[in-house]
Amino acid sequence: MKLRDTFNKKDFVVTVEIPPPRGTNVRDALAIAEKIGDRIDAINVTDNQRGIMRMSSLAFSHLLKESGHEPIMQITCRDRNRLALQSDVLGAAALSIENLCVMTGDHPSLGDHPDAKAVFDLDSVQLIDIISRLQRGESMIGKRLNGSPEFFLGGVLNPFAAPFELQLMKLRKKIEAGTEFFQTQPFFDIESLKEFLDRVKDINTKILIGVTPLRSAKMIHFLNEKVLTRPIPDNIISKLESADDPVREGIELASEFVHRTKDMMVDGIHIMPIGSEAHLPLLLDLAGL
Amino acid sequence: MIVTKQKPFEEILRYTEGEKCIYIIGCGECSTQCHTGGEEDIKDMKERLEGAGKEVVATTLIQAPCQELDTERILRKNKELVTSSEGILVLACGAGVQAVSEAVDRPVHPGCNSMFLGNIRRRMHFYEKCSMCGECVLNDYGGICPVTRCPKGLLNGPCGGIINGKCEVDSEKVCVWGLIYERMEEGIKADGLMRIYSPKNYGVCVRPGKIE
Repeated sequence: MKLRDTFNKKDFVVTVEIPPPRGTNVRDALAIAEKIGDRIDAINVTDNQRGIMRMSSLAFSHLLKESGHEPIMQITCRDRNRLALQSDVLGAAALSIENLCVMTGDHPSLGDHPDAKAVFDLDSVQLIDIISRLQRGESMIGKRLNGSPEFFLGGVLNPFAAPFELQLMKLRKKIEAGTEFFQTQPFFDIESLKEFLDRVKDINTKILIGVTPLRSAKMIHFLNEKVLTRPIPDNIISKLESADDPVREGIELASEFVHRTKDMMVDGIHIMPIGSEAHLPLLLDLAGL
Repeated sequence: MIVTKQKPFEEILRYTEGEKCIYIIGCGECSTQCHTGGEEDIKDMKERLEGAGKEVVATTLIQAPCQELDTERILRKNKELVTSSEGILVLACGAGVQAVSEAVDRPVHPGCNSMFLGNIRRRMHFYEKCSMCGECVLNDYGGICPVTRCPKGLLNGPCGGIINGKCEVDSEKVCVWGLIYERMEEGIKADGLMRIYSPKNYGVCVRPGKIE
């Protein structure tokens, strides 16, 4: 388990999210991985994130693995029932994918196929529990497996989901079910991060702090309205608004944030570029990674 | 009760295309409560169909069209009306429409869409709280159903989309997990929050349901 070893050895783990393409042409997505692959520890491959249809995370994780990268295959409960999820998990192991990040998944009504039937046959805690069972050599109904998978199992955590006590309860269940590491939604200010780290200080698990470069004031307004409980401060909005190149400004702000997280004894960061994939090398340069 | 919404009138006209004489049947229970198939609604529908050049040969309010034997009996008694019509428009839920459909030898058209099993808060305000899953979990969640009231039907706590206690699917809606948590804080048992809750058994509600 390469990534588990990395977590044990390194003080500061860096993962980056790369979505599979919408279509069959994987050239551009693989080129991004190629540019940053040896500077980071693993690449998260999203699973129709935000309910927007793309190539499967299983297929693209496999292609990344073949190209010498370390994929973390994201797997959601939105689109597949318990049979399909177990099959795909076994398939991933057979294709030498070692890391999974399990999550509920956004509701399809928020995505680009709002007419789709939402599956959610299992929830994320149950899926993690079932994967742990597969690792012990049996299916969820107790049938012996001919060869059992082995994974480094991850999950997600939204630090801004209030009430936070409920997130903590679920976090504990995920750990009990077998989750070994977590990746969070992005933080945009250091005060929120401090508050979060204080809230999870008694929880013994590895947590990678989410980082997303801001691109525009519009994006901030969206995040403030729809995502964050503590709004992104006005001084950041005005910095982005007055910048000649707001995208570059956003990358600089994100890299400053990364520098500050390094002083806070976090386990590492998880970068979600959300449209700024092409600027990842610059972000890594500025963040000294 | 079964909550229905009346179909758009254009859709009803499309269904009844080529049929001049229409017989309208309404429902004295749920559809009356929903104002989709009660006496007034039948009268309104009659006027609209006549305005569109149709002839409404008769209207009948059946107390509960889903009571199949009663429906059969009433329609047998009204056989002449049925025979004189070219199509029957039923202002009731899908169960009522099918009870009528099975009792007559005429094309039967649904006038409503069946939405959900709903609680009534006040007139024309309906809320889905039970989805008839065949394996009631209310005892484990402080008397509040996450199977129905969480859009994802989660059983182990909220997803990451709960923002300030509101649901990611509809920011007007309170996340049911917040409500369950409040119940627990009030001292009401909500054991489902505390332990890893096993996957639901969907085998108990394979469709079509039947109890004999």
